[in-house]
Amino acid sequence: MTATLTRIRQRDWRRLSRHQLFWPLLILAALLLFNLPFTPNFFSIGVRNGHLYGSLVSILYFGTVPILVALGMTLVIATGGIDLSVGAVMAISGAIACRLISHATDQNSVSLVFTAMALALLAALAAGLFNGLMVARAGVQPIVATLILMVAGRGIAQLITSGFILTELSRPYAVVGGYAAAVPTGLFIVVGFVAITAVLTRRTALGLLVESVGGNAEASRLAGVRAQRIKLMVYVFCALCAGVAGLWNSSSLGGADANNAGLWIELDAILAVVIGGTPLTGGRFSIGGTVVGALILQTLKTTIFTIGIPAQANMVFEAVVVIVICLLQSTDFRRRVGRLVRLPRPPRQRQAPPGELADAGHGPAIASVSQESVEATS
Amino acid sequence: MAEDSPVLQMTGISKQFPAVRALSGVDFRLFPGEVHALLGENGAGKSTLIKVLTGVYELDEGTVELDGSPVRVTSPHHAQQLGISTVYQEVNLCPNLTVAENIFLGRERTTGPVVRWRRTRREAAALVAGFGLDIDVSAQLGSYPLAIQQLVAIVRAVDLNRVDGAAGTKVLILDEPTSSLDQDEVEVLFGVIRRLKSAGVAVLFVSHFLDQIYRVCDRMTVLRNGRMVGEHLVANLDRVGLVRLMLGRELRQLEELREHERAGSGEVVLRAAGLGRRGSIAPFDLDIGAGEVVGLAGLLGSGRTELARLVFGADQADSGELTVAGETVSHRGGPQATIARGVAFCPENRRAEGLIPELTVRENVMLAMQAARGWVRPVPRETADRLVAKYIAALDIRPADPEAKAGSLSGGNQQKVLLARWILTSPKLLVLDEPTRGIDVGAKAEIQKLVVSLADDGVSVLYISAELDEVLRLSDSIGVLRDRTLVAKLANGPDVTADQIMHTIASGAQP
Repeated sequence: MTATLTRIRQRDWRRLSRHQLFWPLLILAALLLFNLPFTPNFFSIGVRNGHLYGSLVSILYFGTVPILVALGMTLVIATGGIDLSVGAVMAISGAIACRLISHATDQNSVSLVFTAMALALLAALAAGLFNGLMVARAGVQPIVATLILMVAGRGIAQLITSGFILTELSRPYAVVGGYAAAVPTGLFIVVGFVAITAVLTRRTALGLLVESVGGNAEASRLAGVRAQRIKLMVYVFCALCAGVAGLWNSSSLGGADANNAGLWIELDAILAVVIGGTPLTGGRFSIGGTVVGALILQTLKTTIFTIGIPAQANMVFEAVVVIVICLLQSTDFRRRVGRLVRLPRPPRQRQAPPGELADAGHGPAIASVSQESVEATS
Repeated sequence: MAEDSPVLQMTGISKQFPAVRALSGVDFRLFPGEVHALLGENGAGKSTLIKVLTGVYELDEGTVELDGSPVRVTSPHHAQQLGISTVYQEVNLCPNLTVAENIFLGRERTTGPVVRWRRTRREAAALVAGFGLDIDVSAQLGSYPLAIQQLVAIVRAVDLNRVDGAAGTKVLILDEPTSSLDQDEVEVLFGVIRRLKSAGVAVLFVSHFLDQIYRVCDRMTVLRNGRMVGEHLVANLDRVGLVRLMLGRELRQLEELREHERAGSGEVVLRAAGLGRRGSIAPFDLDIGAGEVVGLAGLLGSGRTELARLVFGADQADSGELTVAGETVSHRGGPQATIARGVAFCPENRRAEGLIPELTVRENVMLAMQAARGWVRPVPRETADRLVAKYIAALDIRPADPEAKAGSLSGGNQQKVLLARWILTSPKLLVLDEPTRGIDVGAKAEIQKLVVSLADDGVSVLYISAELDEVLRLSDSIGVLRDRTLVAKLANGPDVTADQIMHTIASGAQP
């Protein structure tokens, strides 16, 4: 009786632990719980000055930029590319918006704010188009193509701000990076973008085509997929996400700092994508994974702050935790550790041995048999 | 030879994978100086046996004796130390390094930390010459055709053990070494195999080409469903007997395949007039009628693939005109332009250019149709499921699981997935480049039957195969290529023979 129960539980456990989001979510939960001894009211959410207040709220609040940028990055990485220019694009978009607003006579004009934001996003789209054309049409390697704008883009942003830190005092613009109906506006933006991305990729065929281009670009082209167009689209989308993140960032700061806006965000975004389970080699991607990945990183930053790690040790501590997270995500590593301490077994490959699958001629038939029988027994 | 004691004796080998018994009680032996074929359909256990022998897998039961003493092979590296070398179907060398560097990779000729390049090159040149090959060892490996790369892999494998005064290679395993070689290259490889044989090396030869087995092998062992079903001297077992042994049933499919009757309709589906691409294929004229099967014959590198790629628009033509179903296709249109007019293409290199390995069977099958509809109009999931289920059943794709990763399927099943992908789009012309290469006899026959039935339904087929028999059996007319030129077009009939085509390939003239 108990034997059967444990067997059922084992099977459920294995199915659960095989889910794409299992490890990212587990890590996120562990990180959140880790805060409890240091900050007893970590999970409480209150209202102060008419907005929501609490550690979780602040994680979500500051998570806006990383989640948005990582979202666009996910699709780029899924096509086998990478976009290093997101930080620079953030700076450009923030600089344009702040310049237009700060030079206006009536900073509180709603139409002015909308115009400024529209122009900023247009500039972001142009940057994305440049990246996309370089990669898809000119055939420049993504890392090189986007490196151009990563460096030049920040220069452009400085030209726009004339080298100063531009401050603006617009009340309507402050809403973007502030609160709407007690809830951080960034949360609405993020939820909206995540929903749009999910619908765009999973309700249309875009996701399949992106994954097929990332999985095998030449095979996709020969199957009639417009691989160039798909690549162009993802870079434009990625730049749009970065542009919106730039608006949020400048609005929440009340100004544009061309030097520091979105600095190193590309690395956080790439890390979030990878932690979320999308391989850097392209192919399969997970939007939910990316969101959780970005939240993990943001929670980690908050944790470092709340448990009082000395400022000079911040970077090292963060690096160590990220390494541990990456190791935990590695099936191979978990298998080795699992062998040592007999912890929850990592998901087993359904097919028997990995070598068998790589073999062109003979093995897969065996693997297929094993798959059938796995299904027969379950 | 048979009186000698075997250099390798495997007894009662069993290997159990979590859900399947891959080998049960297999006996296998190899004598020095013999070429021994290991035969069986896909999934019979050939790969597993080789991987047990080379230490990739640990065996569950049974013993392996090398030169009479029991050994336990723990890793591929250990296998090499013992004198068991392997050359795989896909060349596992670095194309960006020189031939000499590849041969000595991992055991460079050094004095202290300094690599002695001149000595490396000299020794490599001597080794290569010893195999009767005339190649420049300081040229990049990638600059040579696949065949030469394969031979370099053999040179490397055989030499691996001569370092540090070890005994040298006792057993050389060649896993499908000829699947990408043309006739001449196969000859060179056979020359090398005979040389090794006379040097007393035992060669284990795996191939799908029965002709080659009968030409070069002395003995064969046949596996079926993980069991050894026979060990015979090649001279004592004829082909029919061998095929019967492999399949365990009468193989009627291949013989029963009806000779395709010429489609009489005059409608031209595809017309290429002076179509060509510099450095790839000389301008050619080609008409393909509705329901007509046009076979392309020629040696590897003769321009067969290049011709097919131009017709499909995979490469951009720089001269001539391509007309599909009466419409002129722009050279700049790429595959989309030809696909839109009803051309479909299964490339020669399934893994690199056909399949998206990490996507599922369902996604791979739906890809072409979805690409044609554009991303805004997804095929509804229920429709996709229904279509995929239908084609999985119709083409007998195994496992019959639409959610299986396409990359985990066997070669034959991968080919069927690609065929399903295109048949789904109801093409007018199907361009098939080596659709049966490297797949087992049963799947081969099924694919050939499928081609015939498609042609009966009015689909035109451009069929490329290195096997002349296959081209002869399926085609209504045959285009012969030589040196990147379409040299002859023959109407197929009972009087056209393989000899005649070979003659055309050799002489390049209209007969």
